[in-house]
Amino acid sequence: MNSILEQYKSVPESEVKEWFKAAPVSKFPENGGACVKVNDKQIAVFNFTAEGKWYASQNVCPHKMEMVLSRGMIGEDCGTPKIACPLHKKTFSLETGENLNGEDYSIAVFPVKVEDGFVYIGTR
Amino acid sequence: MKTILVIGNGMVGYKFCEKLMAKTEGSGYKVIVFGEEPRPAYDRVHLSEYFADQDAERLSMAPRSWYEENNIELITNERVTDIHRASKTITTISDKEYTYDYLVLATGSSAFVPPIPGVEKKGVFVYRTIEDLDATMSYVEEIKKNKPDGKAAILGGGLLGLEAGKAIIDMGLETSVVEFAPRLMPRQLDNDASKVLQRKLEDIGLDILLNKGTQNIEGADAITGMRFSEDEVLPVDMLLVSAGIRPRDELAKTCGLDVGTRGGIVVSNDMRTSDENVFAIGECALLNHMIYGLVAPGYDMAGVAVDNILGGDALMPTSIDMSTKLKLSGIDVASFGDALNEAKESESIVYENKFQGIYKKINVSKDGKALLGGILVGDASDYNMLHQIFLNGMKIPENPEDLILGARGGEEASFGSALDLPDSAVVCSCEAVTKGQICCKVDEGMTTLKEVAGATKATTGCGGCKPMVTDLINESLKAQGVTVKETVCEHFDYSRQELYEIVKIKGIKTFEELLTSHGKGKLGCETCKPVAASLFASIYADTGNDHNVIQDSNDKFLANIQRNGTYSVVPRVAGGEITPEQLIVLGQIGKKYDLYTKITGGARIDFFGAELHELPLIWKDLIDAGFESGHAYGKSLRTVKSCVGSTWCRYGMDESVSFAIEIENRYKGLRSPHKIKGGVSGCIRECAEARGKDFGIIAVEGGWNLYIGGNGGATPRHAELLAEKITNEEVIKYTDRFLMYYIKTAGPLVRTAAWLDKIEGGIEHVKDVVINDSLGLCEELDKDMAGLVDAYKCEWKEAIENIDEQNNRFAHFINSEESDENIEFVSLRDQKMPKLWS
Repeated sequence: MNSILEQYKSVPESEVKEWFKAAPVSKFPENGGACVKVNDKQIAVFNFTAEGKWYASQNVCPHKMEMVLSRGMIGEDCGTPKIACPLHKKTFSLETGENLNGEDYSIAVFPVKVEDGFVYIGTR
Repeated sequence: MKTILVIGNGMVGYKFCEKLMAKTEGSGYKVIVFGEEPRPAYDRVHLSEYFADQDAERLSMAPRSWYEENNIELITNERVTDIHRASKTITTISDKEYTYDYLVLATGSSAFVPPIPGVEKKGVFVYRTIEDLDATMSYVEEIKKNKPDGKAAILGGGLLGLEAGKAIIDMGLETSVVEFAPRLMPRQLDNDASKVLQRKLEDIGLDILLNKGTQNIEGADAITGMRFSEDEVLPVDMLLVSAGIRPRDELAKTCGLDVGTRGGIVVSNDMRTSDENVFAIGECALLNHMIYGLVAPGYDMAGVAVDNILGGDALMPTSIDMSTKLKLSGIDVASFGDALNEAKESESIVYENKFQGIYKKINVSKDGKALLGGILVGDASDYNMLHQIFLNGMKIPENPEDLILGARGGEEASFGSALDLPDSAVVCSCEAVTKGQICCKVDEGMTTLKEVAGATKATTGCGGCKPMVTDLINESLKAQGVTVKETVCEHFDYSRQELYEIVKIKGIKTFEELLTSHGKGKLGCETCKPVAASLFASIYADTGNDHNVIQDSNDKFLANIQRNGTYSVVPRVAGGEITPEQLIVLGQIGKKYDLYTKITGGARIDFFGAELHELPLIWKDLIDAGFESGHAYGKSLRTVKSCVGSTWCRYGMDESVSFAIEIENRYKGLRSPHKIKGGVSGCIRECAEARGKDFGIIAVEGGWNLYIGGNGGATPRHAELLAEKITNEEVIKYTDRFLMYYIKTAGPLVRTAAWLDKIEGGIEHVKDVVINDSLGLCEELDKDMAGLVDAYKCEWKEAIENIDEQNNRFAHFINSEESDENIEFVSLRDQKMPKLWS
């Protein structure tokens, strides 16, 4: 099971080698998440419409290894944008991937950019 | 100025320095630390993580700069070769000499390598230092390059051996673990627990060989196999030895300190060796004829040594707790107290679930009053509480099995809250932090784990106490919160009840509007958003489809998310009455979508295993057949259960089925602070278990009795009598008012039972409000409920009619038609179930 997690490592913006063209902005729900298939991986993309910001993370919940994070609820924790997993409400920072409940596991996060109405995910 | 020399810079040597600095603030003593490894102290407990990331920095206990800031001289890569006790000096391998006033031996231990012929061959490694791991990893790479089917073995099925085994598998070699004893982790686990662990490890690909004594290491120059007997050889290309530890006592031996017959520097319980100026701490020390191979006792020893050097008189306790909890390749394993019960001084209670790979055992004193020890494999979530009960000799429940089985059928923790612990309970044993110290920090105003960890060092050792410390912080905050104010979350300074009034009076229609006008921040969170969604539902009858991004996940997708991310669908079968034709249709739908099917506890039929994209298809089939998908997930009315009543039953006093159907249809879709269940029994035999429900109706001579505030679950409670011998119309009138009053005034996720417990005046007050109209609210309550009942819409019909092709919320991927290939099912009694979580 951990082999699933190993496929997902955070990509800092400075190390982006390729911008994966995900989908037009209109495909993404406002103030929510959607799952994008990036080659053999599943990336959850979150549209923080209220702030005009986008974030992306692994879609797999690092607690139970199910592909569900895109179905979770977005929000903020003292100013940090976060995602709450729909399975057990574990919350993760979408800036660093850090587990905000103080537990060990965290998630991988990826840079997102929007150009000409399309959403792109930064990969290595 | 006195000089303290510390030989050894492992975790315990470092902890000695840290504790000394904390007590002396760096003045009065000159401290020199010698480490033979090239780097400063690192966290050996988490060594196996180095296999994954090769990040030595992350394991570091403190950087060199810490030693500099504290005026401690750290000399690494330098082995101490001799101690001259007469002159109080030591010499190092490069012939340097140092004089001491106090000498602290923290030389730790080395890997024990059994004297098997051939063990010196190439390809045999030990598992102890970062350098050992580097050497092992480069050899693995070499094997993989030269031999596609290369194999590895681990000698020793203890904790470290199993961790190493998993690490080598992850590097891509087939790996066997060879254990001499008949079970894994023989000191911590019994045979049954070992079997459960073995099965889990085999699932992740480890080959486990028990009862194997290795006679010989085969191979000319490099290892080619392990010989167990004349005719049994395991071919392997490398071997990692993890067969236990040997205390590093060679320095002590050569300078004439007392050592045990099987090794270890003899110390008394003030940590002094046979020379009063020389201390020994950690795994090199033999205390009470024992070597303690855990970090927590080592840290305690460091503290005792510091105290005695500074003139104090601290002593090690006579009995030292050897409980451990760990995650082994993601598998929980824990053992505490007298886990093996070899002296048979206690009775064991065992729970084993082979499907889920869970084994739990507790050993309870023969009088049934005390918890003496236990073992947990597969699920150690109860460990912290059990360990604390054990450590503090706390009272255990009358039925001790509750400790491991939990309150059956419930949702909440079975036994006690972290706040029940005595203040003196040591919660973080690595750093010896008590519950009192943690709660004190919360009282001082700290609110996060980070802050409390920073101030107390709790959780900074092995980290095993994190859940309990988090609980303590949260529970203490809650305890404060009750006296201060129950606000929804950080985004609103209002209670749910206040928000209800705000939304209603100001006519607020969206979450954004509510947050901008009455909240803080820009985004809200997973706590306040569903509360708002529930309020919009309770006030305007908005369904799960409206405001779908602020709905809890189940309300957003109008179905229950289950273990593997698939959903369950529960067609509404009001009152439990169903025709044979309807049963056939349900059967066909279940078959068509290959769904696991079960009759629920609420007399309905539950379909499991629907993938996200299948939900609209299943709903369409249900709606076409005259069903609707029921509310099986929302904080809303679930079911109204009924017995068969006077239509068929020879005892029946009234028509419970007809009435249950009427009531279920009346309240379906009603949103509330928590789920609501109802029951209607046709006579006092109570076959519908109506008094275990939020509202229960029982036919009696002369009418119906109406009961409210019951529930099953973790804290079962019988419903209390609200009105006696009333008519059908009165039942509905009072139930309307009771439910509406509850919806308006309860906190988020508070069920009617807890609400009734908390409300001032209890049942008498509610009677006064809903029957005698003491608050003059009844007209409004009646009107509000009538509005909600009239506004009912089938959410599923609404959802399939309004699927947005642009951003379809029921598509797994927005850029592909494929489904989630990660979902795996296994078979179960001719049906299917999700693959187990590992």
